[in-house]
Amino acid sequence: MSGAVAMTTPEFGASPAQRAWRRWRRNRAAVFGATTLIVLILMALFAPWIAPYGFADGDIYATYAAPGERFWLGADFLGRDLLSRIIYGTRISLSVAFLGAFFALSIGLTYGVISGYYGGRLDNLMMRVVDILYAFPSLLFIILLMVTFKTGFGGSAVDHPLLAWVRVVDQQMGGMFLIVVGISLTSWVAIARLTRGMTLSLRHSDYVQAAVALGARDARILARHVVPGIFGPLIIRVTLLIPQFIATEAFLSFIGIGATPPTPSWGMMIAEGFTSMRSYPHLALYPGLALAIVMLAFNFLGDGLRDAFDPHAR
Amino acid sequence: MLTVVVRRVLSLVPVLFVISVVTFVLMTAVPGSPFSTEDKPLPPQIQANLEAYYDLDRPLFEQYLTYMGNVLRGDLGPSYMQRNRSVNDIIAAHLPVSAVLGVLGLAVAVLVGLPMGIVSALRPNTWIDHLAMFFAVAGVSVPAMTLGPLLIWFFALELGWLPVARWGTWQQAVLPAITLGIGHAAVIARLTRASMLQVVHEDFIRTARAKGLPESRVVVKHALRNALIPVVTILGPLFAALVTGSLVVEQIFAVPGLGRYFVDSVSGRDYPVIMGTTLLFATVLVVANLVVDITYAVIDPRIGIGGDA
Repeated sequence: MSGAVAMTTPEFGASPAQRAWRRWRRNRAAVFGATTLIVLILMALFAPWIAPYGFADGDIYATYAAPGERFWLGADFLGRDLLSRIIYGTRISLSVAFLGAFFALSIGLTYGVISGYYGGRLDNLMMRVVDILYAFPSLLFIILLMVTFKTGFGGSAVDHPLLAWVRVVDQQMGGMFLIVVGISLTSWVAIARLTRGMTLSLRHSDYVQAAVALGARDARILARHVVPGIFGPLIIRVTLLIPQFIATEAFLSFIGIGATPPTPSWGMMIAEGFTSMRSYPHLALYPGLALAIVMLAFNFLGDGLRDAFDPHAR
Repeated sequence: MLTVVVRRVLSLVPVLFVISVVTFVLMTAVPGSPFSTEDKPLPPQIQANLEAYYDLDRPLFEQYLTYMGNVLRGDLGPSYMQRNRSVNDIIAAHLPVSAVLGVLGLAVAVLVGLPMGIVSALRPNTWIDHLAMFFAVAGVSVPAMTLGPLLIWFFALELGWLPVARWGTWQQAVLPAITLGIGHAAVIARLTRASMLQVVHEDFIRTARAKGLPESRVVVKHALRNALIPVVTILGPLFAALVTGSLVVEQIFAVPGLGRYFVDSVSGRDYPVIMGTTLLFATVLVVANLVVDITYAVIDPRIGIGGDA
């Protein structure tokens, strides 16, 4: 049936992107992922209008209130509406997702392209550095970084102006700044490796060789020929890395060194709910569900993109 | 081959050296003392005596050299938080727990993931395939923090089949191992499937079929063997993920593994424990990656190890 459709609508003039778009639209999981993400992004943007209560508004007489008419998903140990906190929590998860992706891609792409394109000794040196960072247990590194910066600012400690600035920014962002820094510092390495590998193989491709032969400058070759050739797979890879970023943030907040209260981080909410697991399991399960939905959406989207742009992988 | 392996092993030394320096600098860079916190300040003289006892009053460079010298002699130093235990004691007591959990997680990952991937690849685009791949995406997407509490709620609290947490009996290992392994099972399933599908279209598979080999032999000997190459390559990163993943799982299930000690030691600024566990994890990681590289070269002779490096 789809074969017949393809026969009657010849793909004259259909660019690879257009064909990818068609393939992508047919992939229900990917469309589902994208739709869910759009809904979540809207939820994050309009949280104050959607959420019935503020994320920090507690009612001391309603602690552990059961789900019902007043609190749809119940209230937590401070009498705060769980639903409102979950809605505001999309802001935390999605900012970590997009900021982490942005920095990982910017740093990794630049580094990898330079290393792969120029090759030789520079490449060796740059890849040595990457190897070392790659061997560094990234979660340990992030934990170390977080605790180093957060606990280092105790009253008696000498405040370097830069460190003081970091602390203020981090506090104002509810502890998110350092999380993003930690994730960015550790995740670009995988992107750099991938970029370097693809750049290396593209460098010897005929069309790049032709551009070199025509006397194009390096910057032009990289910007016009190399980067566009590898950008698709990179975006896909980053999309598939995003769930890890989200899980990392949730974990850091879960063990109490990520987001600072009362920031509605899902990880922290799970930890808070976890302490009353026996009596009120829903307090830990609903935020966990939200976490899984976001990660599922990104994975579906990433898979769909990969299948659309690189049909051989499927 | 042997010289290449030796060279690769030697190349691990600078890697571990840099990791030790970075960790050391990062943990000591912050002003303040491991012994005096804001909540529980010590009299300055006692604090100074304690710091002198642990050589913390000496220059950082000297501290580092002394520490590394001891490490090379197999002594990871004392723990500041648990004064009656050395870091060696802590690792000896808690590493086996993490290791057992890691191996169980790996077993879950491989035993669930591999068959799932093979079955989907042999029946591509059927309902079995779609179902398996849906579970694979779901498995990757459900983090330990969601799955752990969910499993506890369902199997421990609602059904009462398994204990809620802690460690010691085999029942207590079931939920943590599943929580740790299931996400990786999904990764293995997807990779096996993709790789199988690619290999099945290769010429040598057609040749094997044309020779009239039985299908089982084609699948196992010709297809699967080649399809496993990419799967083997992710075992290194997978191992790393299991190690760090056990950090999460150990927190959720109150498993007394090394991961929990790491988190506690970082918050408590227990320098020797931080250094010891970081170096240990890093060593395990780089060695695992190296072993994978070598295995890779053994499975597929077209791939050299170390290449031009």
